Amino acid sequence: MRRWITWSTGFWVALFAVTWALSSYSFQLYKAFDARWIVRFPKSYELPTESWISALLDWLVDKAHFVVFTFRDLTRAIAAMIELPYQFLRNLLIEGFQSGIGAEAVQIAPSLSWVAVIAVAVLIAHFAKDWRLGALTGICFLYLAVFGQWASAMVTMASVLIAVPIGAVGGLLLGIAAYRSPLIEKCLRPILDLMQTVPVFAYLVPVLILFGFGPVAALVATVIYAMPPMVRVTIVALKAVPEEIKEAGRMVGCTRRQMMWKVLVPSASPALMVGVNQVIMLTLNMVIIASMIGAGGLGFDVLASLRRLDIGGGIEAGLAIVVMAIALDRVSQAFASRGVHEHRNGTFLKRHPWTSTSFAIIAGTLLVGQFMPAVQTYPQDLTITTGPFWTAAIEWINVNFFDAFEAIKLVVLQGLLLPVKKFFTGIPWAWGIIATGLFAWKLAGWRMGLMAMLFMAFISASGLWGKTMVTIYLCGVSVFLASVIGIPLGIWAAERPRAGRVILGLMDTLQTLPSFVYLIPVVMLFRVGDFSAMIAVVLYALAPAVRYAAFGLREVPAHLIEAGRMAGCTPRQILFRIKLPLATPHLLLGLNQTIMLALSMLVITALVGTRDLGQEVYIALTKANAGQGIVAGLCVAFIAIIADRVVHAAADGQRRRLGL
Amino acid sequence: MTNQVLLDCRDVWKIYGARAETILQEYDHPDPAALKAAGTIGAVRAANVQIHRGEIFVIMGLSGSGKSTLVRCLSRLVEPTAGSIHFDGMDLLSASAAELIEIRRKKMGMVFQQFALLPHLTVLENVAFPLDVQGVDRKTREARAREVVALVGLEGRENYYPRELSGGQQQRVGIARSLVVEPDLWFLDEPFSALDPLIRREMQDEFMRLQNMLKKTIVFITHDFDEAIRLADRIAVMKDGAIEQIAAPEELVLNAATEYVAEFTRHVSRAKVIRAKTIMSPVTSESFAGEVDWHATIESIADQVEAASGPMRVLKDGETVGQIDKQAVIDVLVGRK
Ligand SMILES: Nc1ncnc2c1ncn2[C@@H]1O[C@H](COP(=O)(O)OP(=O)(O)OP(=O)(O)O)[C@@H](O)[C@H]1O
Ligand SMILES: [Mg+2]
Repeated sequence: MRRWITWSTGFWVALFAVTWALSSYSFQLYKAFDARWIVRFPKSYELPTESWISALLDWLVDKAHFVVFTFRDLTRAIAAMIELPYQFLRNLLIEGFQSGIGAEAVQIAPSLSWVAVIAVAVLIAHFAKDWRLGALTGICFLYLAVFGQWASAMVTMASVLIAVPIGAVGGLLLGIAAYRSPLIEKCLRPILDLMQTVPVFAYLVPVLILFGFGPVAALVATVIYAMPPMVRVTIVALKAVPEEIKEAGRMVGCTRRQMMWKVLVPSASPALMVGVNQVIMLTLNMVIIASMIGAGGLGFDVLASLRRLDIGGGIEAGLAIVVMAIALDRVSQAFASRGVHEHRNGTFLKRHPWTSTSFAIIAGTLLVGQFMPAVQTYPQDLTITTGPFWTAAIEWINVNFFDAFEAIKLVVLQGLLLPVKKFFTGIPWAWGIIATGLFAWKLAGWRMGLMAMLFMAFISASGLWGKTMVTIYLCGVSVFLASVIGIPLGIWAAERPRAGRVILGLMDTLQTLPSFVYLIPVVMLFRVGDFSAMIAVVLYALAPAVRYAAFGLREVPAHLIEAGRMAGCTPRQILFRIKLPLATPHLLLGLNQTIMLALSMLVITALVGTRDLGQEVYIALTKANAGQGIVAGLCVAFIAIIADRVVHAAADGQRRRLGL
Repeated sequence: MTNQVLLDCRDVWKIYGARAETILQEYDHPDPAALKAAGTIGAVRAANVQIHRGEIFVIMGLSGSGKSTLVRCLSRLVEPTAGSIHFDGMDLLSASAAELIEIRRKKMGMVFQQFALLPHLTVLENVAFPLDVQGVDRKTREARAREVVALVGLEGRENYYPRELSGGQQQRVGIARSLVVEPDLWFLDEPFSALDPLIRREMQDEFMRLQNMLKKTIVFITHDFDEAIRLADRIAVMKDGAIEQIAAPEELVLNAATEYVAEFTRHVSRAKVIRAKTIMSPVTSESFAGEVDWHATIESIADQVEAASGPMRVLKDGETVGQIDKQAVIDVLVGRK
């Protein structure tokens, strides 16, 4: 045992020392040997992957032909299928139904009035749980009306109402197919893994090229982004249905279809609703990003304000998204944990009191709205705008605390960010490949080591080594800080139940916020640069570190703690000698999640001017260069895959060592 | 006479593991050690079972002895690795998927250890579920389900959901569900193991009451010997996947076929198993202090015989077939051979 520890420690020390030395003196080496290839991958050996992918996409769009229809036809058909219901919902929620075009347009029916929408939302929330949730939902929607975000919010709502059912049903069907056929599952699994790690930006470009700028492209990208978790949840949920229930289904003579739809899916429905909740949250997460390729609504407002550096407007629209996210999250979670309702007998009115009430309110407001415009549309002069307030508040903070913020920023930059950055960016690519391979080999076996080397070689050969190192440095620092802050918070939450409720509640709320929202205040206070990016990433990636730590500590078997207490441990010793070592597998899984979130957030922080892979993807997006976008996206995915496998292997190893 | 046997299972094997298919070709009759060496598990080994119409056939054995697997082979919930199973004269193992569905819908019922109720359905809907699957219309199936719910004593709880019921009540629902189609063959896999001892006792009584009314053919799994002797007409004892002995409870206690069965039955209270007919002696006495039924267990007549002033008459269908005295009863009670 002892020998093993020293050998292992020696390995890490040596690996770090060599890397550090090479990183510090790579420039001198290059000068001494006059070998530029040491610091830069030779241009003539770079792989033209970008142009291959771009050419493939061009071919798809222009030439691809499946017997009777072209690829173009296919994308057009998909577009039409999405466009139709989407337009209907837009008409229903905000624009009203019209016939004719342009000046001759005749209003056939108005849209749902704001009163009706709020009432229906409240009733749905009440149906899902109780009046308290109804009130919360009502307040959230009222906020949208009162603060003048109604029109944009309803546009966003329309796309959520399209994307969520497609994502949920599509995910369910794919999950069922994978559950039924191991072959399909085998094919789907790597795709799902990749989808989870490729940054959204990477496929925005191809989607843009295939579907053109507009809401349809945005919806397609949103569905692609939001569907994978549903597939996963479906597979897991169906597999988790107790064996006896499946046998009971077979013993009463269910056919295959009856088995699926009458036994498996309903039994698994609470778990499936968790998946639907995920789809909703991811859809909202995409709202702002999707507005880059043509989704209107709140996301567009945020993005436009950010670009104008209009602080107030950005915060207002951002808050509106948060409010919507909270309402939708709570309601869908309530559906997930909702037991089955009681049965009612009697007439339709008696059996469906809430449906009837909704229809009554809709009809009522429709009628009244004809005479009282205030019922139809929330009156303009009653809206409150908080924009100027936010602008003033930020300005006030900046005026009064500018020096303090600047000082903090300087200290962190000088003391942490820049040295780490120098270390990572200095590593010569050739050694970087080997070092990553050794790292992965030591923790996850030679197979993973080989794979890691291949991935890193691909990255070098794509000419993205420098940007990748910046990505790793930013991600590493952020994850480090998130763990340093998050794990103690998690320990605190686990040790003190009262504080725990507050902390974990806060983390839940943080997780419902779309990632983009984190950027707004950070940019306002610290302006653009690595420091702002890091803060946003830390905030976004904090939640899993806290949660897994709290969960891991609480999972420690009670009898082990009792044994410790009986052996006379102080509470401190119990924490450090018993609980923390036993919780390490959970801590490692939390670390894994933190890394994944940090990587996905990094791509977004490219907007505030980091020079990493995220920026590369973002540039590709603005130039509509699909090849560049996909290659950079793949690089991010490769880093994520290496990190994921290595941390998982470490967690498994730890679990084995602990005999869990 | 063949008609007497409802389910006939011959030389059935169920082997788990990568080489499950080939191992039986390599060895003729592999023992557990050989199976293990090949990296396989012999969950059921060479089982021969004939279930007679109208009997309660109990399968017992320790945890992991293959009881559940055997019963799942009999209902073809798991595919046996080898052997033949005939149900009502029909070859069950060559039945097509559609035939199997038909047999299960009409002729088999099963009760599960963890109840296996559908969480999203009410008691009534759960009980009506087998009929729903068959496409019976709502009115008919709910009327029928109501009857069965009443039969198991759950009237008034038709609209409860499973999670609102106690364990015993949930298992009543499971029993009702398996009875709703009036199956010919009724499988119960440790139906009462998940229940508290008191409730278990109550459910056993309930089960006997139902059986006296319905007279089903039953295959009943348990690892509780007391439960087995209370219910069984015949008992099969399993060990490591093989059936050690099949016999009536009394026979099992008095003439254990193997060391294992003897060990298994050693701590059973003999008075509960041994019946008057086994220890009665030929009639020698002129006068009797009373009479007992020849099928009664010693436990049930002990007080009576002890309190009597002389030997008692043993009756079979009203005829005197022997006599029984204190000494014989005491011998059984203290475990003297
Ligand atoms: N699907 C399976 N794959 C591999 N081995 C199995 C499988 N099912 C059962 N076994 C093995 O077969 C053996 C018999 O299991 P079975 O469930 O029939 O036991 P049992 O007598 O019903 O036990 P219990 O009283 O615990 O229910 C066990 O050793 C078990 O590990
Ligand atoms: Mg069992």
